[in-house]
Amino acid sequence: MQLAVWTYEGPPHVGAMRVATAMEGVHFVLHAPQGDTYADLLFTMIERRDRRPPVTYTTFQARDLGKDTAALLQDAIRQAAARFAPQALLVGASCTAELIQDDPAGLAQALDLSCPVIPLELPSYQRKENWGAAETFYRMVRALADPAVRAGPRQGRRPLANLLGPCALGFRHRDDVVEVVKLLDSLGIGVNCVAPLGATPADLRHLGRADFNVVLYPEIGAEAARWLGRTFGQSTIDVVPIGIGATNDFIQAVAALAGVDPAPALAAAGARLPWWSRSVDSTYLTGKRVFIFGDATHAIAAARIASEELGFTVCGLGCYNREFAREMRAAAARHGLDPLITDDHLAVEAAIRASAPELVLGTQMERHIAKRLGLACAVISAPVHVQDFPARHSPQMGFEGANVIFDTWVHPLVMGLEEHLLTMFRDDFEFSDVAGPSHLPPAHLPAAPQAPAPAEPAAAPGWTGEAERELRKIPFFVRNKARANTERYAALHGRAQIDLATLYDAKAHYAR
Amino acid sequence: MIGQADLAPPAPAVLRERGQREVFCGLTGIVWLHRKMQDAFFLVVGSRTCAHLLQSAAGVMIFAEPRFATAIIEERDLAGMADCQDELDRIALQLLERRPEIRTLFLVGSCPSEVIKLDLGMAAQRLDRHLAGRAGGGPRVLHYSGSGIETTFTEGEDACLAALVPHMPAHENAAAPQLLVVGTLPDIVEDQFQRLFAELGIPAVGWLPARRLADLPPAGPATRVLLAQPFLGETMRALQDRGAQRLDALFPFGAEGTTDWLRAAADAFGINPMHVNRVVAPGRERAKRAMAHSHDRLRGKRITFLPDSQLEVPLARFLSSELGMVPVEVGTPYLHRDLLARELPLLPPATRISEGQHLERQLDRVRADRPDLTVCGLGLANPLEAEGFATKWAIELVFSPIHGFEQAGDLADLFARPLRRRDILRV
Repeated sequence: MQLAVWTYEGPPHVGAMRVATAMEGVHFVLHAPQGDTYADLLFTMIERRDRRPPVTYTTFQARDLGKDTAALLQDAIRQAAARFAPQALLVGASCTAELIQDDPAGLAQALDLSCPVIPLELPSYQRKENWGAAETFYRMVRALADPAVRAGPRQGRRPLANLLGPCALGFRHRDDVVEVVKLLDSLGIGVNCVAPLGATPADLRHLGRADFNVVLYPEIGAEAARWLGRTFGQSTIDVVPIGIGATNDFIQAVAALAGVDPAPALAAAGARLPWWSRSVDSTYLTGKRVFIFGDATHAIAAARIASEELGFTVCGLGCYNREFAREMRAAAARHGLDPLITDDHLAVEAAIRASAPELVLGTQMERHIAKRLGLACAVISAPVHVQDFPARHSPQMGFEGANVIFDTWVHPLVMGLEEHLLTMFRDDFEFSDVAGPSHLPPAHLPAAPQAPAPAEPAAAPGWTGEAERELRKIPFFVRNKARANTERYAALHGRAQIDLATLYDAKAHYAR
Repeated sequence: MIGQADLAPPAPAVLRERGQREVFCGLTGIVWLHRKMQDAFFLVVGSRTCAHLLQSAAGVMIFAEPRFATAIIEERDLAGMADCQDELDRIALQLLERRPEIRTLFLVGSCPSEVIKLDLGMAAQRLDRHLAGRAGGGPRVLHYSGSGIETTFTEGEDACLAALVPHMPAHENAAAPQLLVVGTLPDIVEDQFQRLFAELGIPAVGWLPARRLADLPPAGPATRVLLAQPFLGETMRALQDRGAQRLDALFPFGAEGTTDWLRAAADAFGINPMHVNRVVAPGRERAKRAMAHSHDRLRGKRITFLPDSQLEVPLARFLSSELGMVPVEVGTPYLHRDLLARELPLLPPATRISEGQHLERQLDRVRADRPDLTVCGLGLANPLEAEGFATKWAIELVFSPIHGFEQAGDLADLFARPLRRRDILRV
């Protein structure tokens, strides 16, 4: 048994629901006890969908056990097929139904429905949500893709790609698809099928028509892409275009594969991140320590952006999905780090404390950890709450995605700087509480109170008052470093007391 | 000659249905129970689904060092039963070491733990014995089931409180009747009622659940039970097994419900009715004034409840008799006829009462009825809104303070607000 307060991923049947909900014309019958319908509200509330997920639950209760759960399942399948008339029906079992061992596949097949029935094996006690989504999508592709449909000759037509992986409850999947379709279009490449998001079983039938596959989210799409590669000989682009560098790599890779000119796409005018990052305002970002955690794809992409495009120092990197441990280890090695691969949020919290970052990039969970530790934070990966399914266009991928990322990551830091400035000037006559807002006329202000004499700051042990006062004139963001250096220098030279001379001797010493 | 049966109000016909049920399981009760019982920890023994449900239901609360968690059963636990019990001991002891302030540990059964017949009762007894030897007395270890196969949403609280009943002490003075209020109420509401009981002159009121295990109230033949919630059938039965008697009353929603509830207690203690009227009058008047704001908006509006918490019948009675709403269908996951004996006859005779659920058929009825307001869970609310129905999500009624005089206005406003919003929006 494993003790868990918080889980990064749900059970695998939630992954299956994400695929079913992403698609049109699919219905999923889930053999599950009363109560498992809670998962519906992830879609209707977090993603704010205006329809119920296309899922029918058998919702068996204790009194049904041992006699008619199998009949219950068959009834549910029959009724769902009649009511919703899906193009394809998925059947599977949640964790409890897995234990009672009715056979959804056999029971469904015995009904002899007119639509294809795709049984799912979802081992709930070994696997998790992302695996469930990948497996479901793979099973659907395998069952539905028509082996006779192949890419035709290339003369006189645009190259065609499938976009694989975008899903319901995916972090920014909706807007990423828009950006990547735009990118491909600027390369003169058409999209054959986006799946599972928005696809129908009929669309999956024609997956073979594409010249190649683009896997946007390996966690969900890689398994299906591997099978398509084997079956249709389609190559796979697995560069995930998150960040300027990765987007450029993506364009180069796609252009090479499709035999088109990458130049127009590379020259796209929409990318502001490079100039924003070079502008002097961003100088203070240099070397900021950042801790990164999330799903492997987003965490690895974020690490590259952080170090190459924003000039941060990556001080911690990890992911919660073990399936991508190998990729994560390779990425961490590039940053000279040991990767943190865990689904225990307490281990993540401990690692964040230990690496003392100035910025945390992570999931909803890291947002709360950062809040508790008083650190700046931005969200880069699922799981996320409702506010990270925004109304506005907010991709992570492509050039617009890079713009979004720049704003999102820098914003909490600017806020941090503002907070420090306000603290620093708290005693300043124009910043004090009684001064009121600067843009309002002073007429309504209360009579200025007699300003009390500023209290003499107490000198730290070992420091003379004079040296302490001088230290406080040093800007706050280097003050602690100056204090630590000075104290180290004093200890090194056996000086019991730190006076002005020691302060400046130390400054000269460490300046070399 | 007219027989006795002809004089009683006709018992409303009940539509019983079976099919897909869009309801929470009893584990969800943990989310509010742990806020009330300040020294208790709830350890669910279940699957990743159970943990996922709790974090989805608890929302943002999950991060405030909550006093609940899940021991997730893994593949190797399914291999052999003995191993499972050892694992549970290890996790429970590890947990108690980390949280030494915990005085009650609830082992909460789930669907998986029940299907594999993991004996949590035995585990609780064993841990309880093991811990009893500790200096100063160890924490108590109890167990109940919050599984979906056994319990629906608020029935989780029922199962939890029923598990506490055997641990309630016996009355010291078994002759004098003592009042026991049963059902989780927000502290502010409990305090309001406490003051009213004191003004009425009812001595020492016990509350179940108590905020701390050490304050668990006594139970016995002298106990007079006033249920604050309608979903407490098991708890009531356990209390009756100890000789307690239930006071029949409306549930304390709105001016009338709260008055009736307080009066039932006062009657049992022989309080002068004139005195009761004097004590109750100010709150009752305030409640009516506060509800007046919502009255115009709700009067004549048709409302349907989908099954969720068993609060549906008393709330429909409140909305119908005090705010002039017209209940179309009142769905409840389970109908305790005896606990609702006072409530049911007060519903308009045309009300369709349904017990259980066949979701698709019930939604067809909603579409045919076209009520002005539909009370339902969050899985259905947005989809129904998108179809043009005004909805009120039901879970809020379990988490918000809604009982008593001072909350009557807020309760009415919970139903008026979605209608007001539809009138305001111009998009």
